[in-house]
Amino acid sequence: MKALGSHRRHPAAIVVLLLLGLVVTGGLYSLLAPRTAQAAVASADDVAAGRKLFLANCATCHGISGQGGKVGPSLVGAGAAAVDFQVGTGRMPLAGSAVPQAPRGRQVRFTNQEIANMAAYVATLGPGPAIPDSQYTQGGGNIARGNQLFKVNCALCHNFAGSGGALSHGKYAPSLRNVTGKHIYEAMLTGPQSMPVFNDLDISPTDKNDIISYLHELDRNKNPGGLSLGNLGPVSEGMFVWVFGLGLLIGAAVWLGAKAA
Amino acid sequence: MSEHGTQPTGDQVNQVNQPGAPVSPHQGLEHRPAQQLDEVSGDGSGGIPERFSDPGLPPHVPRSADLDELAARRAERQVAALFSVSMVATVVFLVAYFVIDQGSYTFIPGIGLASLSNIVLGVSLGVSLLCIGLGAVHWAKTLMPDTDVTEERHPQRSSDEARSDAVETIVAGGSASQLGRRPLIKYTLAGALGLFAIPLLVQLTGSLGPLPRADLSNTFWRKGMRLMRDPEMTPIKASDVTVGSFYHVLPEGIDKSEHVLEEKAKAAVVLISLPPGAIQVPKERDWGVDGIVAYSKICTHVGCPVGLYEHRTHLLMCPCHQSTFDVTRDAEVLFGPAHRPLPQLKITVDAQGYLIAAAPFLQPVGPSFWERA
Repeated sequence: MKALGSHRRHPAAIVVLLLLGLVVTGGLYSLLAPRTAQAAVASADDVAAGRKLFLANCATCHGISGQGGKVGPSLVGAGAAAVDFQVGTGRMPLAGSAVPQAPRGRQVRFTNQEIANMAAYVATLGPGPAIPDSQYTQGGGNIARGNQLFKVNCALCHNFAGSGGALSHGKYAPSLRNVTGKHIYEAMLTGPQSMPVFNDLDISPTDKNDIISYLHELDRNKNPGGLSLGNLGPVSEGMFVWVFGLGLLIGAAVWLGAKAA
Repeated sequence: MSEHGTQPTGDQVNQVNQPGAPVSPHQGLEHRPAQQLDEVSGDGSGGIPERFSDPGLPPHVPRSADLDELAARRAERQVAALFSVSMVATVVFLVAYFVIDQGSYTFIPGIGLASLSNIVLGVSLGVSLLCIGLGAVHWAKTLMPDTDVTEERHPQRSSDEARSDAVETIVAGGSASQLGRRPLIKYTLAGALGLFAIPLLVQLTGSLGPLPRADLSNTFWRKGMRLMRDPEMTPIKASDVTVGSFYHVLPEGIDKSEHVLEEKAKAAVVLISLPPGAIQVPKERDWGVDGIVAYSKICTHVGCPVGLYEHRTHLLMCPCHQSTFDVTRDAEVLFGPAHRPLPQLKITVDAQGYLIAAAPFLQPVGPSFWERA
């Protein structure tokens, strides 16, 4: 203490103190700040391979350097998570631009490594959300809380059972059945197509994992009555009653009114 | 009154079809030639008869079971078979209730994977009840009598003697009570009965609950309240809201209010972060914070939660009746049954950078009501 005390009036003391303060603040921030995830460190080779794939498959719409074009939006700041979601669910590359929104693809056109390379390349275009840590995409969280969060934030568009629903001008909220936890997380993080962004400061990673757990529970849920009619609520159920229920009643009325032979 | 399947009995029931005409027991069953409208008939002059005669009931056509004893026996067996099927189905229900495990799922064609217990119990009980009904109807249609029966109306008026007797009784009772002679009783009785009606009216109006006052116009929002995430109830930092974000928001402290659900149904708000330059109305920009705007989540049509947000078109939609609001133009109605734009909540940031309400809602939220200005 004495040694420190004797140096406190040294001209360099203020500089040392400032440096110390900055280091401590920065260190604390990097420790405590909410982190989306740690993207796997991509090598320069990965980025180069990703750039090749990008030029071959994406640049027609999104521009040579991802700056966007007449058809495709800019990918600067889209982040690796957006690429992993759009390509990983088969939504991109989109064959034609005449559809209101890119549908979930029947098959994914690239290998996991190729998708990772493209994601690494797009991540270099500008800072954006990274691919989430698998710790928060596995499920196994609090299902009841996930249900509560889902009902408030998601169910209005995606329906109470995650069956999806209609939006304006032919757009729609897709079904959330049998979607991997990683893709659910990335969709919330990046807000693909019409979906708004729910970043990690809005819905925390733990809460996102709860929502994923709830959706996975829905996938596992059996329907005791069978024939869910798409879980679409009054539209399909009303249709069923109008056609079969009223049909049966009309048949019964005709039979009651007919005279016996 | 028309009865089906009952034989006429006594004087009151006549098989008659012409009011006022002389009653003859089998007139209704006679077949009459139909009037031709385009021919000159004897009654009228212009081709249409002056008065249509009642064509009466159609002739009774006997059923095969009426004529053929074999057919009747067959019908009897059919009815008995339906009742037997019902009995079997009930037994199936009772057995299935105890035998089938509730947790067992089976694939059933046309229905898919379903709980076997649910399906068997439902189908057996349904068949059981349906067959009782089918049997009863089949029984009535084939075997019970099916002749049409008409019962005439009779005058309601009592005989003159009975009427004058009744009047006499009432008048005698009135004079026996001495009400006319003793006005004190008359007026006190009237007062007692009249007052007695008041407690009834007071209870009726009193139990309607407190007057609504300004509840429909006011929400839980007050100046300075923080905007809290629904359902986490944590405050929102303006710097954390990235462009394209969409928050479901409740006012601070609403979870501790006396009537939480009623307050939530009025105070729910959506918080939307729009890209720079998207907002086209100066008032909307002024009432927000750096492109972050807050609007009532309660639809102005019938009060559904307006929660479908497309972040590229900036459209806010109601899931109930597809009312569509344009968030870039102060939530103007673009489509659907809603009449008024969604009210905007004026927001600002506090010293710690959290979003707070700069003022309560300045107009009533939600659907229209009578006193709404």
